[in-house]
Amino acid sequence: MSSPRVEVIDRLCKGCSICVEFCPTRVFEMDGFIAKVVKEDACIKCMQCELRCPDFAVKVHTE
Amino acid sequence: MAYDYEKSIRPGKLPHIWCPGCGHGIVMKGLIRAMDTCGLDKNNTAIVSGIGCASRLPGYMDCCTLHTAHGRAAAFAAGVKMAKPEMNVLIVGGDGDGVAIGGNHFIHACRRNMDMTYVVLNNNIYGMTGGQFSPTTPTGANASTTPYGNPDPTFDISKLAIGAGATFVARTTAFHATQIDKLIAEGIKHKGMSVIEVLDDCPTCFGRRNKFRSVVDMMKRLKEVAVPVQAAAKMPAEKLEGKILTGVLFKEERPEYCAEYAKIIEKAKGANA
Ligand SMILES: Cc1ncc(C[n+]2csc(CCOP(=O)(O)OP(=O)(O)O)c2C)c(N)n1
Ligand code: SF4
Ligand code: SF4
Ligand code: SF4
Repeated sequence: MSSPRVEVIDRLCKGCSICVEFCPTRVFEMDGFIAKVVKEDACIKCMQCELRCPDFAVKVHTE
Repeated sequence: MAYDYEKSIRPGKLPHIWCPGCGHGIVMKGLIRAMDTCGLDKNNTAIVSGIGCASRLPGYMDCCTLHTAHGRAAAFAAGVKMAKPEMNVLIVGGDGDGVAIGGNHFIHACRRNMDMTYVVLNNNIYGMTGGQFSPTTPTGANASTTPYGNPDPTFDISKLAIGAGATFVARTTAFHATQIDKLIAEGIKHKGMSVIEVLDDCPTCFGRRNKFRSVVDMMKRLKEVAVPVQAAAKMPAEKLEGKILTGVLFKEERPEYCAEYAKIIEKAKGANA
């Protein structure tokens, strides 16, 4: 099974840090005013980040 | 697969205008998923709103949309539904738009039981105009117009909807993202007036005045305050203090307004034949 690709669309991220805080495996970190993927391998595909990002800025590509 | 929200959004409309961490975007995603679940045809679906940050939502949606006057969304929506009963009619808006200036339209829409789905984004404040208190601003909370604490008792929007006659009433929060689309979808499928209250956050106008240090703090509050109705039934009263019940709060079958009105038209035709 291929590992997911977690993407933050920089143009859309407003840096609320919801994804950073609620990802159960800490895949994201804040990088200045926007979120950044730092531990993609840890992703368990729970989709919480994609569901909760208010700005349509997170995509979890599972295939 | 990443969820394809973009297919339901008008091209070039993102980023939206909402502030960092504003829950309105989370609710909009839930609405899109619910519309997909129900297989709504965008050419046969109208989303109607009044005025406010929440009421900007239809402007982003690629379907039939109607952005109307403050508080009047339910009245315009009723007009659309009466003219085109076969159309799916959804209403979205804030607590201020829906139950302050629009309170009258809201209760009468509930009473008539027209087949519409009203999603109330309840962030406990007037966000767009800078944080004046709304009928859901908690007693004691700070707003720009209640700098010494709000003396008013509050509306419970779901209870108001039930009391006024809505036949499907449910509540969730912006934190409980997967429940948003499940409940909206159930509301869309229900034949009659459905109200889905989504407890939401306004970090800009409510959060910063009320000791929330961050968006995350506001999300944690939504997480903590919610208790599913089924769980609440088994909990002692003291444990439910300050909690807010979520899930399907009320559901009944009652004659739908447009169907009843069609019968009247038939009757009148018969009388004049
Ligand atoms: C007739 C009229 N009165 C007042 C206003 C000013 N106004 C615009 S939005 C708003 C309140 C919006 O609050 P709410 O519906 O809770 O939505 P939010 O902005 O919090 O999402 C008010 C009072 C208006 N536009 N029209
Ligand atoms: S899908 Fe889940 S585990 Fe993966 S990045 Fe998002 S929140 Fe973290
Ligand atoms: S949740 Fe979305 S907007 Fe907020 S920090 Fe993460 S990617 Fe950015
Ligand atoms: S003012 Fe409040 S309701 Fe309006 S966009 Fe900002 S956070 Fe959202």
